[in-house]
Amino acid sequence: MRPFSYQRATSAAEALRLASELPGARFIAGGTNLLDLMKLSIERPSHLIDINRIGLDRIEDTPEGGLRIGALVRNTDLASHKRVRKEYAVLTKAVVAGASGQIRNKASTAGNLLQRTRCPYFYNTDQPCNKRNPGSGCSAIGGFSRSLAIIGASDTCIATQPSDMAVALRLLDAIIEIERQDGSGRTIPIADLYKAPGTSPDVETTLAAGELITAVVLPPPSGGKHFYHKVRDRASYAFALVSVAVIVHDNGSGKVALGGVAPKPWRLETADAALPLGAEAATATLLASATPTHENAYKIPLVERTLGSILSQARS
Amino acid sequence: MKPSDIKVSRRTVLIGTAATAAIASVRPSLGATGDEVAAARMPLSLSINRRSYDVEVDPRTTLLDLLRENLKLTGTKKGCDHGQCGACTVIVNGRRINSCLSLALMHQGDECTTIEGLGEPDQLHEVQSAFIKHDAFQCGYCTPGQICSSVAVMDEIKRGVPSHVMADVAAQPGFTETEVRERMSGNICRCGAYSNILDAIMDVGGATS
Ligand SMILES: Cc1cc2nc3c(=O)[nH]c(=O)nc-3n(C[C@H](O)[C@H](O)[C@H](O)COP(=O)(O)OP(=O)(O)OC[C@H]3O[C@@H](n4cnc5c(N)ncnc54)[C@H](O)[C@@H]3O)c2cc1C
Ligand code: SF4
Ligand code: FES
Ligand code: FES
Repeated sequence: MRPFSYQRATSAAEALRLASELPGARFIAGGTNLLDLMKLSIERPSHLIDINRIGLDRIEDTPEGGLRIGALVRNTDLASHKRVRKEYAVLTKAVVAGASGQIRNKASTAGNLLQRTRCPYFYNTDQPCNKRNPGSGCSAIGGFSRSLAIIGASDTCIATQPSDMAVALRLLDAIIEIERQDGSGRTIPIADLYKAPGTSPDVETTLAAGELITAVVLPPPSGGKHFYHKVRDRASYAFALVSVAVIVHDNGSGKVALGGVAPKPWRLETADAALPLGAEAATATLLASATPTHENAYKIPLVERTLGSILSQARS
Repeated sequence: MKPSDIKVSRRTVLIGTAATAAIASVRPSLGATGDEVAAARMPLSLSINRRSYDVEVDPRTTLLDLLRENLKLTGTKKGCDHGQCGACTVIVNGRRINSCLSLALMHQGDECTTIEGLGEPDQLHEVQSAFIKHDAFQCGYCTPGQICSSVAVMDEIKRGVPSHVMADVAAQPGFTETEVRERMSGNICRCGAYSNILDAIMDVGGATS
């Protein structure tokens, strides 16, 4: 690991101040993604700001009837929260489908959202990768692309965003609360957090350097039956090849979001409208603009069949 | 002398870390990126197996390397060093984590339990005894992580932490083989001792639940 200096912040304001004073600084929460990448010199921060002791570790009811989840709430605590389990079950299901018990105990809500891709070439520093080394080329296009994106990608990068939690949060229309150094704040819908790769796949989110995610807010619960089906190479402790999150109501209406297929959780409101027509129609709408490689074209029927099995479970 | 009186002297720590640095400079995982340049050491106090330690560490030191290289608590193992195998599992403030994916400095004031702290050779933890009884290891390399994880899994089920195999995530999880298998998936055993590991955990869990 490259040398870095380290400071422990005791409040969000202090963390933001440190970030503005120290160019090249990064926040570290659970560290389960950042340290992994620092060991490989893929991430090279000159300074780490430890935000584990700044608070923001509670889940609170909002006046509107939703929930405000602090950025430092651990994945285990999020999944275990009474109201999340009952009223936002898709979120609990998605979180416990990810990583391992050990990692979920450490991983934070914001860190999970900002985890980087698992493209094998991004991790292999001997290979060209536009995301890791802008302008060097993409080894995955024409290479080993079985796990990678089929939609929403670009001809410079076909990596997926690997978070399971993010797929459920997209389905739930979560809002991200962000704070800046000058004390001002802004909120964005999660739909606007992830940037399409375009010609700069190294820039993955619309978060500016030094901005701190402070919370994720859920709107009031929508009811319905909640599903999160994740298809992977082994039954546990593996990233999704495809995941399908669904909330469906008794009258057949509902919404659907996909993981493992795009550089962001993939959802189209037009596909939600097609859900009552069945899995085939909804998938056709969701993935109409898909451009898979020969290695990952299997993801299209896999999405349709996974969605089909969810919808038949929902009816029974 | 009470355990809490034991302090690692600065001298011991420096000897320990100097040795680490010598090994580290040739360790491939550190990369050929000028890592020889040491960062300034920082003070750290934490409790490990109910003893308090005051040490100084290079900020790059993971909790795992602090345990193994600096404090010579080599019961905790390094398998992958990337969160993928669970060999480095320890219990911090009552929760299992991968010590390879955590910086030592992130644990100021924390209480850490390693395999050495669960039981003593003449007074084993019940899970340690059950692993012996059920022959739940072959080479033994994954075993400290498996045991720390097992102890935490039993507590997680008791506390009602949900899992991927629950049909209704709002319900209280049961102590079943399916539950234990899923919850132990973060601990890989290259020798494939899984079925005996499962028997050991079910034996203890069945007795206590
Ligand atoms: C072996 C393994 C298997 C895994 N499997 C899965 C899986 O199946 N599904 C899945 O979804 N995930 C999986 N993960 C990934 C895991 O979920 C993430 O590593 C974790 O959620 C990251 O959270 P963290 O708090 O540790 O983030 P960190 O590593 O601390 O941070 C990640 C990034 O977020 C930034 N950051 C953190 N907090 C903030 C904040 N408040 N504001 C602004 N920036 C911030 C950091 O600067 C960093 O860039 C796996 C990880 C491993 C190692
Ligand atoms: S898909 Fe993206 S992350 Fe993977 S090699 Fe290509 S540019 Fe890099
Ligand atoms: S050594 Fe930590 S998980 Fe493998
Ligand atoms: S006993 Fe050898 S790796 Fe598990």
